[in-house]
Amino acid sequence: MLLAGGWLALFIPFFMKQSRVVITGVGLTAPNGNSLAEFRQNLLNGIAGIERIDVRYMGSQLAGVCHYDALKYQKKKEVRVGTRAGSIAIYCAREALANSKVNFDAQAKDRVGIYIGCTEHGNVETENEIYNISKFNYDTKYWSHYHNPRSVANNPAGETSLSLGITGPAYTIGAACAAGNMGLIHATQMLRLGEVDFAICGGVSESIHTFGIFAGFKSQNALATHEDPKKASRPFDKARNGIVISEGGCLYTLERLEDAQARGAKIYAEIAGYHVNSDASDYVLPNPERQSECIQKAIARAGMTPRDIDLVNTHATATPLGDIQETQGIRTVFADSPDTLVNNTKSFIGHAMGAAGALELAGNLPSFDDLIVHPTINVDDLDPQCALPGLVLNQPRKAKRIDAILNNSFGMLGINSALIVKRFVA
Amino acid sequence: MTNDEIKKVVIDIISDIAPDEDTSNLKPDVRLREQLQLDSMDFLDIVMELRKRYGIEVPEAEYIKLATLDSCAEYLGPKFAALGK
Repeated sequence: MLLAGGWLALFIPFFMKQSRVVITGVGLTAPNGNSLAEFRQNLLNGIAGIERIDVRYMGSQLAGVCHYDALKYQKKKEVRVGTRAGSIAIYCAREALANSKVNFDAQAKDRVGIYIGCTEHGNVETENEIYNISKFNYDTKYWSHYHNPRSVANNPAGETSLSLGITGPAYTIGAACAAGNMGLIHATQMLRLGEVDFAICGGVSESIHTFGIFAGFKSQNALATHEDPKKASRPFDKARNGIVISEGGCLYTLERLEDAQARGAKIYAEIAGYHVNSDASDYVLPNPERQSECIQKAIARAGMTPRDIDLVNTHATATPLGDIQETQGIRTVFADSPDTLVNNTKSFIGHAMGAAGALELAGNLPSFDDLIVHPTINVDDLDPQCALPGLVLNQPRKAKRIDAILNNSFGMLGINSALIVKRFVA
Repeated sequence: MTNDEIKKVVIDIISDIAPDEDTSNLKPDVRLREQLQLDSMDFLDIVMELRKRYGIEVPEAEYIKLATLDSCAEYLGPKFAALGK
């Protein structure tokens, strides 16, 4: 029986026609924009969104802060009781639904899935409570009764399900800084498996509200410093000196193609391929060999070759070593693809952690329509070790063709994700 | 502390924990949950804020005594008095 089952598993993929999955809505908040249109315009205009904030115990730090209107979709009490990640998720989910123009009232709520990538969750809430009880001689009777619902790992997805009355599966996916891509990948899988009919997916981050993330990166010597906040996040520049931590969120609505077409939805892009793998080599140091392998397998799964990829969004976070290793991996994969363009979004918004992959993809989606590739900014002196033929530096570039975009997101403990979206062609 | 002052203390706490609610015309003899959208977690908040702000403890068995503004004043009066307030 085991043998028969094994053979069946091998043959099923050849006989099953895989559903095509498409992106039909985008909702986001980034440090430089609270809608796709505003975000995109600022990426084309070279406008970064980094500022200084006061971080508990650490004082003034550089960070990407979102300035969306939380009360657009939440009551004051919901903002007070919930978490920042939950609030960001609710904002993004509702913006995505509005953007998708789906008649959500008519949607079967038990067939809607919420899949939200998070780098971490619970640090903010735990630090706040410890700080709170420190004012009461660490007496735990002052510990909030909201701590557990705030700090459970599924919080942002759960708050979104509460806000929208969604009774289908709603959970988060912990995948360090690869998590934004993972939200989309997981949603695609669930739609193809027929587990849900409609998915809200992507990633969120509230990480600027935890001093621990700042202190951790600082202890790693990986926290950016610069006198001008807007120039602090500078991937590929010789003077780069680390990460700018940001909050943010980007959630998409994903549907099977036939469902999207049946309701006449606008289709932003089609999920073409993806791959997820692990370095199995270090806690924090990236592994270019595994990253290349991840990209290559995603391209193969999409039925493409590197020459079919018109634009690569790099994960590069502006750490001295990480940027070199990623470009090394890209150089290897795209050695015979001189027309592939490469850009980076963190130079504008810093590292939005669990939201990064999803936000960065969104910034590039309009390229399918206008063929313009936003640049990576703040490259005053390109590090030759990061040089790539297609790197779009400081000014947008008109592309000859944008039919496929590769979105890289890599995370600690060596998790790599590569997602490819392509222009939708019926 | 007078009964009116105690009622104001409770209303101030409610305004903070339920900021969407209109607390300007609460009837003192009607249950708070009938006038406001308050759930059990909100009542835990009221208890917590009394503890944090005034050092007053309300045992779980006595939560019922916070049902109306009048009952709050009646129940909390001796507790404030014991604290010299």
